[in-house]
Amino acid sequence: MSSVRLLVGTRKGAFVLTADGTRKDWNVSELHFAGWELYHLKGSPADPNRIYASQSSGWFGQQIQRSDDGGATWNPVDNKFTYDGTPGTHQWYDGTPHPWEFKRVWHLEPSLTDPDTVYAGVEDAGLFQSKDGGKSWHELSGLRNNETGPHWQPGAGGLCLHTIILDPTNPERIVIAISAAGAFRSDDAGATWKPINRGLWSKYISNPTAEIGHCVHHIAMNPATPNTLFMQKHWDVMRSDDAGDNWTKISGNLPTDFGFAIDVHTHQPETVYVVPIKSDSEHFPLDGQLKVFRSRSGGNEWEPLTRGLPQKDCYVNILRDAMAVDTLDDCGIYFGTTGGQVYASSDGGDSWNAITRDLPPVLSIEAQTLP
Amino acid sequence: MTKHLIRIELPLHLCRLAHISGHETQLEVPLPVTVSSVLDTLEAQYPMLRGTIRDHTTKKRRDFLRFFACEEDWSHQSSDTPLPEVIASGKEPLLIIGAIAGG
Repeated sequence: MSSVRLLVGTRKGAFVLTADGTRKDWNVSELHFAGWELYHLKGSPADPNRIYASQSSGWFGQQIQRSDDGGATWNPVDNKFTYDGTPGTHQWYDGTPHPWEFKRVWHLEPSLTDPDTVYAGVEDAGLFQSKDGGKSWHELSGLRNNETGPHWQPGAGGLCLHTIILDPTNPERIVIAISAAGAFRSDDAGATWKPINRGLWSKYISNPTAEIGHCVHHIAMNPATPNTLFMQKHWDVMRSDDAGDNWTKISGNLPTDFGFAIDVHTHQPETVYVVPIKSDSEHFPLDGQLKVFRSRSGGNEWEPLTRGLPQKDCYVNILRDAMAVDTLDDCGIYFGTTGGQVYASSDGGDSWNAITRDLPPVLSIEAQTLP
Repeated sequence: MTKHLIRIELPLHLCRLAHISGHETQLEVPLPVTVSSVLDTLEAQYPMLRGTIRDHTTKKRRDFLRFFACEEDWSHQSSDTPLPEVIASGKEPLLIIGAIAGG
């Protein structure tokens, strides 16, 4: 029988949650990397036992950990992320030039075909690649050296590259997103990049339709329809059907379209999930009621999903990388909260159960479906 | 080359990262025994600690760590200044201490 493994990164370490295909009874692992922040963990699609983890600390900086046995044991690999050449400057919050400085790895994206190849999205925004299982890293500097790079400005969480999407039908195509520079795409395996923000509208920048400067929170793609992208922007939920060249707003009847997490049903490419958050000033659900919203029509028409979720006194947040789907026939959907709960649905979102409730604040969740 | 066996005490998280039991390890450090030579030896013996105490390239001490020897703060001394004899002889450990902060 198939099984599911969830890789959960938190403010105080990482957990590996496992269940068989029924997803009724879950085992929560011991705490890995106690006391460190685990921004993201992700397994290789080509070898699910190969998992990469971003471990960081304000005291001790960045580590990259690698497991070759499905998260049971870990070993540190190279943690040196050096920008290519003379890094130059981006813009600081006040618009003055600020030197590029590496702070941490926000997201790790293993190659779809090679377990030893993995991409790292970092703060200050840059894209790195390892081709030797994390033993060394080099920057794909065409992104940062894009002509818009000196004009990128950080969002409140820093100038972070937090989303990396690899196109399963085109190994040359990579889509990334940066807060608060926007979305970018490469069609030559990361050598050159172009901003893909046409159609985004952001009232907090001087030109609301500017080529860059949009605070993209997350982008999701169903691998079966790689040209269709769904975006949770700071405000606004958006979609593109041409790999990001043009975006249209699909917020529709959402009660608020601020949020962080977004994901797509594994078997229904037009079924999308978001968790609306009250506002950019108040990072918690409306009225203390935790609701996932589902659109079965690719956006605009949304329905609240509440069964099993707290409908009073709930003031958690759901961060951008803290939602994932499995690939079982009944697609499982998972999300973690800053209150330490991990919720799961094995019926497409109709009902939810808390797998566990008292972890440290959850930063990220990835789901692996194992044979 | 003459080497001295010295003791170094590390924060818990770095001990775990390097699989050092307890808070302390011993190192054979070439003369003169300085913060630089101690850290060079430490990082050679425990490569996973590179970048955790000082920057990979500039060797600048990370902001939230301090070096103490003989109950004195050596964090702002030149890293090439010879450490006191009691450190170089291993009678007392060189302390690397993380700032007390956070939740």
